[in-house]
Amino acid sequence: MEKEQLGQVLSELFPSLEINTSQDPVRVKADTGSIHSLAMTLRDDSRFQFDYLFNMYGIDREDRFTLVYYLESTIFRHIVAIETDLADHDNPVVESISDLWKTAEFQEREIYDLMGVSFTNHPDPRRLFLEDGWAFPLRKDYKDDINFIER
Amino acid sequence: MQEVELQDILTAREDGDYIINIGPQHPSTHGVLRFVVSLKGEMLEYVIPHCGYIHRGIEKMCERLTYPQIIHLTDRMDYLSAHMNNEAVSLLVEKATGVEVPERVKYIRTILSELQRIQSHQLWWAAFGMDMGGLTCFFYGLRDREKILDIFEESFGSRLLHSYICPGGVMNDIHPNFQKRTKEFIKYFRKKLPEYDELLTGNIIFEMRTKGMGVLSKGEAISYGLTGPPGRASNFACDIRKLYPYSAYDKVEFKEILYTEGDTWARYKVRMAEMWESMKIIEQLIDNIPEGDFTIKMKPVIRLPEGEYSQRVETARGELGVYVVSKGEKTPYRMHFRTPNFSNLFVMNRLAAGNKIADLIAISGSLDLVIPDIDR
Amino acid sequence: MPFNIYDFSGTTKAIDQFLYAKMPPTWAFITELAIVGLIILLFYAVIGLYLVYLERKVCAFMQNRVGPNRVGKWGLFQTIADLIKLLMKELITIRKADKLLFNIAPFIVIIASFMAIAAIPFAKGLHAVDFNIGVFYMMAVSSIGVIGILLAGWSSNSKYSLIGAMRSGAQVVSYELSVGLALLSVVIFSGSMQLSTIIESQANGWWIFKGHIPAIISFVIFLIASTAEINRGPFDLAEAESELTAGFHTEYSGIRFAFFFLGEYMNMFIVASLAATVFLGGWMPLHIGNLQGFNHVMDFIPPIFWYFGKTIFIMYLIMWFKWTFPRLRIDQLLTLEWKYLLPINLVNILIISFIVLMGWYIK
Repeated sequence: MEKEQLGQVLSELFPSLEINTSQDPVRVKADTGSIHSLAMTLRDDSRFQFDYLFNMYGIDREDRFTLVYYLESTIFRHIVAIETDLADHDNPVVESISDLWKTAEFQEREIYDLMGVSFTNHPDPRRLFLEDGWAFPLRKDYKDDINFIER
Repeated sequence: MQEVELQDILTAREDGDYIINIGPQHPSTHGVLRFVVSLKGEMLEYVIPHCGYIHRGIEKMCERLTYPQIIHLTDRMDYLSAHMNNEAVSLLVEKATGVEVPERVKYIRTILSELQRIQSHQLWWAAFGMDMGGLTCFFYGLRDREKILDIFEESFGSRLLHSYICPGGVMNDIHPNFQKRTKEFIKYFRKKLPEYDELLTGNIIFEMRTKGMGVLSKGEAISYGLTGPPGRASNFACDIRKLYPYSAYDKVEFKEILYTEGDTWARYKVRMAEMWESMKIIEQLIDNIPEGDFTIKMKPVIRLPEGEYSQRVETARGELGVYVVSKGEKTPYRMHFRTPNFSNLFVMNRLAAGNKIADLIAISGSLDLVIPDIDR
Repeated sequence: MPFNIYDFSGTTKAIDQFLYAKMPPTWAFITELAIVGLIILLFYAVIGLYLVYLERKVCAFMQNRVGPNRVGKWGLFQTIADLIKLLMKELITIRKADKLLFNIAPFIVIIASFMAIAAIPFAKGLHAVDFNIGVFYMMAVSSIGVIGILLAGWSSNSKYSLIGAMRSGAQVVSYELSVGLALLSVVIFSGSMQLSTIIESQANGWWIFKGHIPAIISFVIFLIASTAEINRGPFDLAEAESELTAGFHTEYSGIRFAFFFLGEYMNMFIVASLAATVFLGGWMPLHIGNLQGFNHVMDFIPPIFWYFGKTIFIMYLIMWFKWTFPRLRIDQLLTLEWKYLLPINLVNILIISFIVLMGWYIK
């Protein structure tokens, strides 16, 4: 589907979504609570068939966290980026989508490890790279007294 | 989320498991990767990959570096696809700042990427043969790889970490000998590549060990985000060069190699065929490099306009995605790399569990993992 | 017989008589043992060292390399330098390892190969002992080595070592059968188990030529099975370095490791010389039918050259296997033995017995 068409169908299905079709790819802003159900619909609906989660990452916006999911359909070759804001900066929690895409399990582990975003219903919620008890380095308030040089 | 110790997972399993660590220092993990495997005799019960031994926090470092400086960090991720990594960031910066690079640059970048791909596959073939016990493969692969590295060395002074492609073009113009030597190499390697097949491909032992081992269906490959040669071996058309052409890939003709078997053998054959395709691409471009500037003048301080940008390129191992959140400063606010090896690694448990310990080595060899690319 | 010009039995008899004339019989016997032991020990060390050198050169040849070329002319003293290095190295003992077994294991391996060398006839009259059950003795002695490997794997207190040792145990026990049966085919042909008699029976032609196709099948099976029995590539699963780092000798260092290393190369030498002796006529020169001139020229090449030429040829074959083939997996290894080699071998033995019974082989 073309971008505009994709945005139209999406807004019909989910009227509450903020959809931005001017950018490439189409960006969708979703509620944190509805992320799992939205992802499931996008994957299983025959019009979308977003079967390939090729990237996800988190952004620390200092007052909130933003998670971005990039989905692509290997059949229709359309791409959508789903954004969700995690308002609680002290204790960000979001539902895991690792039951939908296998790769999400490890992407989420990485996000938890580096960003400190917790995922509920995650099958293996351990840290991926760093030791247990290490602070979350990709947060903006992360301090490393030894290796950081303030300019 | 409570923190779960590895010990908890292990003790939760049946007692009396025979746990061994393959890595972090092990001849066939090719770097500091560690697999915790549980054995029943020779059979693997499960494989838990552990990474982080070479985690350098590149994404965090990027937040304090300017874009031309970031180029030098990307070399250090997948060091066998250094050009492609450089190219990914350069393309992203050019796209964000709305700069159109000269045709000459596009041609040079494409040729270099393909040379790099051949070089990477040669080293993979060498190491894969060695993992399977055929030690002679290692020297055949390295013998031919040296030729490419010599071309690289002559043109930009380094053999492994080039940092040659930069936003706006390339660092220097190519060496006057570059075209001649590349053509000589193609001529040479067209004769030498069949030797690879003679040594390993047709061997009955090799076929027995690879055919039907570690089969992954197309659906699973997509679900695991498996890209590059392993993905294409499972019939998942994921070649970014074909899907979203960048640089000069829209001007050349090449086949996207697809196999349907999804086993170790198919992953092997995909890479062997890709070397032929890469040579074809180089041959189409090498004589037609247009005259012109090798770079355009970028602003001394590159600032990306506020917004989010992404760029996907095809490295030798699969899809590399670069994602930047910019706030209009000279450093990115957040930079994320979607690296091919990261996704490719975590399919190990699915592929290797239930097979023999020797298959673990064959399968991890066929995925062609580069560990710094996983840990970043 | 023209090849008697290089007969060593006269020399050895003379020494024997000289010793018995000068000393009481007990002392003469002990002196003889000491001399033979010393000679074999020296021979063992030199051959072992130069086999390692040969292997490195052959491997380099296969891999577009030069190989050792710094120590001495063409690197001839490289392995001696290596030996000195290994002698100097610290012997690391593993904590919680079974100290006694850990120390004994390398000696068992090396003693087994040392004992096997005793029965090899290098030329006419040039062997330490000539058993009337020589083939049987070689088989028995060469299978002692696996006990050393198993002990090494067990006592190292390392999981890699244990897996390597278990693989090796399964492998050697399986392939012993094929080696034995392949040798048995020649025993049937020649009607004797004595190695010297087997060689004498090949005076008019080697068994690989005289025995028609069944003998060639036996020879090929012997080559495959014996490569597996001495844990060499493509059957080097016991020490598969890409899987088990170094298998059963992962935890060994210094001279203990050198013993394993040396034992392995000597096993290759023993297997190659057994193949040369049994199938290719040992020190017997190449004779073609009634070509008197040709046969006569061949006779003037000393048998020791014939023997070493054939042995080195077979060792070269075994090295060639190792440097070109990828490694098998353990189940494929056992499948190859139990489903292919063993049945073929049994049928082959049946055919050979029939041939011998009917007298169809070339006499």
